[in-house]
Formats: sequence, C-alpha cells, structure tokens
Amino acid sequence: MEASIAPPAWVSLSYLISGISFIMALRGLSSPSTSRQGNRFGMFGMALALLTTLLISAPVPPGGFWPRPTNDDLATLVRILVAVAIGGGIGWFTAQKIKMTDMPQLVAAFHSLVGMAAVLVGLAAYLNPEAFGIAGSDGVIHVQSRVEMGLGIAIGAITFSGSVIAFLKLAGKMSGAPIMLPGRHVINLGTLAAIILLVGYFTQDQSEWVIAVVTLLSFMIGFLLIIPIGGADMPVVVSMLNSYSGWAAAAMGFTLHNTAMIITGALVGSSGAILSYIMCKAMNRSFISVIAGGFGAAPEAGGGAAKEQRPWKRGSAEDAAFLLKEAETVIIIPGYGMAVAQAQHVLREMGDLLKKEGVNVKYAIHPVAGRMPGHMNVLLAEANVPYDEVFELEDINGEFAQADVAFIIGANDVVNPAAKTDKTSPIYGMPVFDVDKAKTVMFIKRSMGGVGYAGVDNDVFYMDQTMMLLADAKKMVEDINKAIAH
Amino acid sequence: MDFISILSIFVMACFVGYYVVWSVTPALHTPLMAVTNAISSVIIVGALVAGAAKGFGASGWLGLGAVVLASVNIFGGFAVTERMLAMYKKKEKSATKTAAAAAAKDGGNH
Repeated sequence: MEASIAPPAWVSLSYLISGISFIMALRGLSSPSTSRQGNRFGMFGMALALLTTLLISAPVPPGGFWPRPTNDDLATLVRILVAVAIGGGIGWFTAQKIKMTDMPQLVAAFHSLVGMAAVLVGLAAYLNPEAFGIAGSDGVIHVQSRVEMGLGIAIGAITFSGSVIAFLKLAGKMSGAPIMLPGRHVINLGTLAAIILLVGYFTQDQSEWVIAVVTLLSFMIGFLLIIPIGGADMPVVVSMLNSYSGWAAAAMGFTLHNTAMIITGALVGSSGAILSYIMCKAMNRSFISVIAGGFGAAPEAGGGAAKEQRPWKRGSAEDAAFLLKEAETVIIIPGYGMAVAQAQHVLREMGDLLKKEGVNVKYAIHPVAGRMPGHMNVLLAEANVPYDEVFELEDINGEFAQADVAFIIGANDVVNPAAKTDKTSPIYGMPVFDVDKAKTVMFIKRSMGGVGYAGVDNDVFYMDQTMMLLADAKKMVEDINKAIAH
Repeated sequence: MDFISILSIFVMACFVGYYVVWSVTPALHTPLMAVTNAISSVIIVGALVAGAAKGFGASGWLGLGAVVLASVNIFGGFAVTERMLAMYKKKEKSATKTAAAAAAKDGGNH
C-alpha cells in the first residue's frame, strides 16, 4: 500500500476554499462595517472544512458510502457528533455569558484549548499513523512527519501551559506580579535545547518515551516562560500565545498535508506576531525583554515615597462637572482601571450628557490600554459609544493642545510625561498622550498611593492644571453625571 | 502533495497574513484575536481523522478529546466575535437628526 494516498481533487479544493474564507474573515476586520460579513466567511470556511473531513474520513467501504452505512460508521458518527455537541455547547454558552471586561481571560482560555487540541491530535497521529497516511505499512512513521509531529506537539504544549498561566493571571486567580525563579534563563534555555534535541532524536527512534518527554518538557517550558511576566506585559503575552496557537495548527497541517490548516496556521501565526510587535512598540520594549520577564515588579519604596510629598489638588465631582460643562472639547482617556470598575456605561452616559450641553466629546485609546489589544475599544463599543468617536493615539495626540479637558479614567502610564523626558524611567520612549498640553486635566484614581503598573510616579498628578478625582471610577463618574444633570 | 508544495502554500499564506493583518483596524484587535482563535481550531480536521479512523482505540479517544476542545473554540470563538462585532456602531442617524433638529431650534448658534 502506498503510504499517503492523494485525496480526491474536490477535497483539496474545498480545503483551499475554506482557507480563502479564513483570509476573507480577517480581511473583513479592516473596518467595523465589513467585519460581520467577514465573520460569516469564517463560519462558512469552518463548516466547509468540517463537512469535507467528515465525508472523507468516515471509513468508506469499497463500494462507497451508499447504499448502506455499517453500524461501525454510525457509531463513529454518533461519537463525533456527541463530542461536537458537548464542546460546541460549552463554547456557545460561554460566549453568550462572558462579560466584555473578562474578554482577555476568555481569549487566553481559548488559546489553551487550541494548544491542548494540537497536543492531542499529535499524540493521536503518533498512536495511529496509518489513519493519517503518514506511515509505511510496517507502522514506521516517515521521518519528515516525525519532525512535524514533534514540533506540533511541542508548540501546542507550550501554548497550552503558557495560556493556562496567562488565564490564571488575567482572571486574578494568581498574582499578576512576576514570579522570578533563580537561574530561570539557564533553566529555560536548557529545557528548550533539550526539546529541540529530543525532536531531532525522535527522527531516529520513534519510541514512546521520546514523544512523552518532549510533551512533558514542553508543558514545563510554557509554564516557566509565562510566570515571570507581569500584568502590564499581558497584552504582549496574549498576542504571543495567539501566534503560537497558529504555528501549532500549521505544524499539524504539515503533518496532515492539509491546506486549510496550513493557511490558517500561517494567518493566525502572523496575526499574533504582528499584534505582539505592535504592543511591544507601543511600550517601547523589545520582544526579548518582555519574554525575559520581570517587568511590573513592585517599585522600590524609596523614590516613590519622597515624591509623594509634592503638592497636588483634589477636586470634587461638582468641580469636575462644572468644568466639563463649560468645556468645548473633552478628550476621554480610558485605561484598565475603567474595566476593573466596570465604568464604561456610566462614562458613556457622561459623554451623552456633555454632548447635550454642546461639548465635543472624543475618546483616545492607547494601543496597550487594558489587558489585550483592542480591549478598551470593545468595552466602549459595549457601552454604545459610536466607534467614530474613538481615536487611536497618533490620530488624536495633536488635539490635546486645543482640548479644554483631558479626562483620564483608569489609565496612568500611558499619560506619563516621564516617557518623553526622563531617560532613567522604565517607560522612557513609550509613546504617550500629551495630556499636559490640555487646559485642564482630570485624573480619576482610587488614591494617591498607587502608581501605574510600571511602578513609576506620574508628574501629571502634580501639574497646576490637574484636578485629582480620588474615588472608585464608576462612583466618581456617577457623581459627575448627577452634578451635570442638575 | 510533496513537501515543497506544502511549504510554498505556507510561505505564501504567511505573506498574505502579514498584509491582511496590518490592514485590520486597531479598534478591532480584540475581535481579531477571538476570530483567529476560532479559525485556528481548524485543527479539528486532524481530530476528526483520528476520531473516525477504523478500529477505535486510544488514538480515537485522543481524537475525540481534541474534537471537544476544538469545538469549544470554534463555537465559542465565532459566537463571541459575532457578539463583539454587533456592538460596534456608528453614530446613530436618529441621534444626529435630533442633534440637527436641536441645533435648528437653537437658531443655529453653534
């Protein structure tokens, strides 16, 4: 028997079509107005891939499917449908229930599932290579397939354990502070080298222990890679794991010679890589330094305490409401604190009240605001803020000089002028909003004690035109709304 | 398919991915991650092959397990993307109309 049977032409074609549909799905996201159509393309592509696979992978009797499926075929079909129903039900239900503020941990959880699925598929292919057409009749797996399989399992396992840690950190079930093991760089590099060597050895010896050790070591390295990374770097981590889940799918696509999987894997892999790049650039940090971890550790007590003696002005909700009503242009800068306080809805109400007063209201979003790329945009969209009132950093930064009020809610590092002026600051070089140019700055913050995730003090607190509004973000905005409405 | 054809598809797809993803508006980066999540679960294709193979055994169970996990992602990923995308709205026409009407009443002071 020839090892890999070429699939019929229609099969290859339909996988190609589903691959193209996935490209269209991402293409649709270039604008909110075409995005839903794009998502439909994605669903179509997935349905096509699933149907095609079901049709060809059922054990076909020599005479073809018809006239009568055997009991075995039916049992197989039932098992698969039950599996899809269980998974699909859980997924569907979660998607309907999840709060938009919890989206980063949901995405991390989904990444972990892709990773685990890749590991399971890889192991299944190892145990039953004939079914995948990757072995000779003697059960010996092709050398090339072994490499692809080994890499697929390794990347999948790293994605899984890394995403689980990211999930636990994002969900607050584990401290967001970086956990630094002594000598972790040596351990990590050693483990990585061991994985690569073992995948190489796997081409010579397809024993079970090799693949088992590769799997275990990969689970371990995923865990070790993510625990030293702090909360503020999570946007990079989530993007990076997104990328890994794509490469895992691509590696499996190579093993199975499946066009849809390869195209998708490449798309997702590049998508995650580009997002990681954008996030790193927005923090002026190199990818390597993010991976090396440790950012977002507790600040050294000394410097911070001394700086807090500087004078600052506290405002009340009524003061803020008065100034906001009088303003011509207000630019609102939301950050992760808004998500934590669930303040997006009251914030939109404030925007509506101000618009009624004739104020021009705009929202300014920093690429790394929140815990994942685009996090703030989704929250504002959820609160019914029209997307044409929401602007990116480079599009709006020139407008602060004309703005009467810069209204900062739950953000901190992204407005810190130290990024422009203080070469010793850990956030030096990060692009930030020029809020210091606005006539008035309103800064909602829980208390004066806390500093941003980077652990640096913020000169904006102490500027003459700054009014500190110290309270829970949601409570404060509610009070401002009451005062405006009066 | 030989390795080189597969590799060509892969490399081309990486380039397509590069250009397509750069054209995604930053406002939709979260839906982008959710939908890439959903589509990377096309790995379910491999899971189905294992789950449907003749002589159901350990490999079949692993395959079925992967089918469950990938299904969570497929249904969850597309559904949550759809939910998010439905929230992105332009300025409502009715709202601009009322604003225009209000401005007219003001005598066009603005």
